[in-house]
Amino acid sequence: MYPADLRYTKEHEWVRVEGEIGTVGITDHAQKELGDIVYVDLPKVGSAATKGQTFGSVESVKAVSDIYAPISGEIVAINEALATAPEKINEDPHGAAWLVKIKLGAPEEIKQLLSPQDYQKYVEAEAGH
Amino acid sequence: MKATPLNSVHRKMGAKMVDFGGWDMPVQYSGILDEHNAVRTAVGLFDVSHMGEIEFHGADALALADWLATNAASKLKIGQAQYSGLLYEHGGFVDDILLHKVADDHIFICVNASNQDKDFEHMRSNNPTKARVEFASSRYAQLAIQGPKGPATLQKLTKTDLSPIPYYHFTDGKVAGTPARIARTGYTGEDGFEIYVAPEQAERIWGEVMNAGQEFGIKACGLGARNTLRMEAKMALYGHEIDATLTPLEANLGWIVKFDKGDFLGRAALLKRKEEGVRRKLVGFEMTGRGIGRDGYEVLVDGAPAGWVTSGGPSPTLGKNIGLCYLPTEQAVIGKQIQILIRNNPVDAVTVPTPFYKRAK
Repeated sequence: MYPADLRYTKEHEWVRVEGEIGTVGITDHAQKELGDIVYVDLPKVGSAATKGQTFGSVESVKAVSDIYAPISGEIVAINEALATAPEKINEDPHGAAWLVKIKLGAPEEIKQLLSPQDYQKYVEAEAGH
Repeated sequence: MKATPLNSVHRKMGAKMVDFGGWDMPVQYSGILDEHNAVRTAVGLFDVSHMGEIEFHGADALALADWLATNAASKLKIGQAQYSGLLYEHGGFVDDILLHKVADDHIFICVNASNQDKDFEHMRSNNPTKARVEFASSRYAQLAIQGPKGPATLQKLTKTDLSPIPYYHFTDGKVAGTPARIARTGYTGEDGFEIYVAPEQAERIWGEVMNAGQEFGIKACGLGARNTLRMEAKMALYGHEIDATLTPLEANLGWIVKFDKGDFLGRAALLKRKEEGVRRKLVGFEMTGRGIGRDGYEVLVDGAPAGWVTSGGPSPTLGKNIGLCYLPTEQAVIGKQIQILIRNNPVDAVTVPTPFYKRAK
């Protein structure tokens, strides 16, 4: 269900690390919880992301949800396509609908992220409440 | 939490459930946009059994309705429905209500779910007549069949000819063999019906309507779509456009206030406010900058705080971000450049005519 090459947060973001770049998105669970996504607010390229701090938001018809930086570093790219097609997040949350790319400022933070198995367990436990 | 007779049906269908004013209600099934579009283009079915029902009985039923509600109940014909305001003496809203004249001595009223206890207490304690006020919610489940294919869907289940029933009229008949009050009313800006049936029949009728509407592409719809639909049609939602601090004059609901019908609860306060001048008015807006103005956000005019958003969000029909807001009366004009404060960031918007959506007749 949750891709093996990604790492996850309890705030329902994912990170794919390739070299010194971490690609960030929101999880399939997050998009399902939000419902139809109609708006995405992303930071400017060149701005700084700090782990655990909000750096943007995703809005569905009903709700606004903050996005928290899963890792610290510099925003080096944003997914421009989402500005006109935010519904891509509902369609392909772990792939084409990535949100930002962050140049890792503190690579050791990766170890603090959840494995796919642990994230899956976390989501199931949350649903059980 | 309170549940409607259809609660287990929603859960079986995989609806996402939310706490709506103490009621465990479906917010969406297939998705808000999908459900919204089904109602605009075909037909949608809503469980609105959380709504309350209160009835006035006796020779004074109409007189009581005219005393308690702002619209002219005495003008109603048998089989006619009427949107009205239930006000405190100070002119603020207790609730907005839908009256139905069943007979000269019988008024049936549909009220908001989370206001029903308060409404009943208000009506009971402000009743100067001999009419009997009955809290009747437990006797009714309510289903809304809304959309251009709503009438065709319901017609398959009833011998009552629906086509001669005009908008805001109703008749008592049978739906799928069970007694039903069949009203051409709704909260979506679309054609369709709201039916009131016995709670123990609700699950069966729900299934019958879903089957009947299948050929038209019927969708089960939740409160999410109900909200986007009613917002496009600029229909008020208690706690948003109207509440105890706001009168019909601010909310552009002057048309439901009939000053010339004689005295009614709240009349003096409204007249006074009218003479003194209404300080703020409800107006529609459309976002011109990037962002969605939502319920409760502050509205700025020339950079200064001027009002607040009562309801705001994406309009699936128009493909724009729209909303309603209160502004000082002199600012509440069409074409006014305003800004909505979205997370401390002022984003441009412009006031526009409402309703945002009006169906082709």
